[in-house]
Amino acid sequence: MTDGPSTEERGWFEGLTRGDLDGAREAIETGTAESPENWPTRAVAAGFAADAADYYDALGEATRHAAREGVAERELSDDQQLIHAIRAMDDAERTANELAERVAEWAGSRFEEGEAGIEGARVIAEREPHGPGDERVTDLAARVVDLDAEAARLRAFTERTAGSVAPNLAALAGPALAARLIALAGGLKTLARKPSGTLQVLGAEEALFAHLRGQATSPKHGVIYTHEYVRGTRPGERGSAARALAGKLSIAARIDHYAGDRRPELEKELDARIERIRTRGES
Amino acid sequence: MSDDRSGSTDDGSGNSPSLPTGVTYREFGDESEARLATRGRPVYGERTEGEWRLWDPRRSKVGAMYEKGLDLRLGGGKKVLYLGAASGTTASHVADFSRCVYAVEFAARPVRDLVGVAEDRSNLFPLLEDARKPASYAHVVEPVDALIQDVATRGQAGVARANQRFLADDGVLILTVKARSEDVTGDPADVFESVLADLREAYEVLDTERLEPFHDAHLAVVARPR
Repeated sequence: MTDGPSTEERGWFEGLTRGDLDGAREAIETGTAESPENWPTRAVAAGFAADAADYYDALGEATRHAAREGVAERELSDDQQLIHAIRAMDDAERTANELAERVAEWAGSRFEEGEAGIEGARVIAEREPHGPGDERVTDLAARVVDLDAEAARLRAFTERTAGSVAPNLAALAGPALAARLIALAGGLKTLARKPSGTLQVLGAEEALFAHLRGQATSPKHGVIYTHEYVRGTRPGERGSAARALAGKLSIAARIDHYAGDRRPELEKELDARIERIRTRGES
Repeated sequence: MSDDRSGSTDDGSGNSPSLPTGVTYREFGDESEARLATRGRPVYGERTEGEWRLWDPRRSKVGAMYEKGLDLRLGGGKKVLYLGAASGTTASHVADFSRCVYAVEFAARPVRDLVGVAEDRSNLFPLLEDARKPASYAHVVEPVDALIQDVATRGQAGVARANQRFLADDGVLILTVKARSEDVTGDPADVFESVLADLREAYEVLDTERLEPFHDAHLAVVARPR
């Protein structure tokens, strides 16, 4: 075999049956070429299309289908999946902690006193069991360790997904908080439609129920207080910082939902705003 | 496929020399001033007069370039690669007077609208792809006469350079540089200078023009490949 004048690039239509729209979508989405070729001519020569006009008809049909399906898939895959993942992560973490308590209590009756919590369970899981009673405790401890590892994987997945669902929100809030806000609102669309004052206290409801169950102190603010720009601002200015942050996060959520493009200027604007809040009154 | 209109000489537009066939100034309703317009089905609630629809320079950077009198060297009936097509407002106008438009946009949300626009325009091909990765669509896009770019990402000159492979030797690059995408705090004039310097590695810059008052801190650039 001799080399041709250039490496043959494969057009999207090659090997495709006319009318196979899903095949066309696959070819458009996954195919690549280093450089463009005169695809209409190539397609006619390959017998894919009768003439250029016929080729463009096929291309139009294929690109519309691919773009429509691609968009639907991205939108479907995204914010609702994120919500499932973050709820699963919460369940895994909570269950791991509850089981760790059980393990610690049971282990305390059989072995010497150890650490409580996940770390304690990790130590117990490593023990060589002597007899069936020990084995039940060490096995249960191993489940706690596994569950904790799964929670960590869910967290990593959640943070990755948050960046693709809501790139601007994730950049401003951090992926974990972005995911949390979307989950609390029930979706990116509902978050985008909330006024920024609502976003500011989002998550306080959850803390309130935790408080009523006796697991937490009474809530004063929503989840955005986990953001460094709120926590790291001195108490007297914290309200202003929270308001400023909520305002920008709300804009970011709207851009992510309605426009979808990345706007790096939002971060700079927020940085500048917080800087002003933190330095005012200082002199 | 729409008819190839490049051969038609009289479309009743009374065009100025820099406007391609199929783009014209027309009076809309009782407005005394003639406004930029193309012929096609309306897509975003713009005003129409007969088969002509208003091309609002405030909503479209290419529209603003014509409004500012730039010669885009974009004849009617050309093949166009449009990077950063967003929801297809401008791409729809360009498709009205071009042979075909390959419209690349990476954000899912606007592509949904773009597909809607493409449903009424058989010569507009929507591509859900990343303009920074030309190899991901070079198996679909053919060589073109014009490359129109309006992407709000850092490294706008780099995107134009990477996509030069699509442009015919005598083709034209019509670029919108958004200063705030490169550097939010910098003086736009400095940002434009550095983007132009980067662009000149691969292109010969023919003309530049700020797009105020239609678009703040945006520079229009007309260039050809080196």
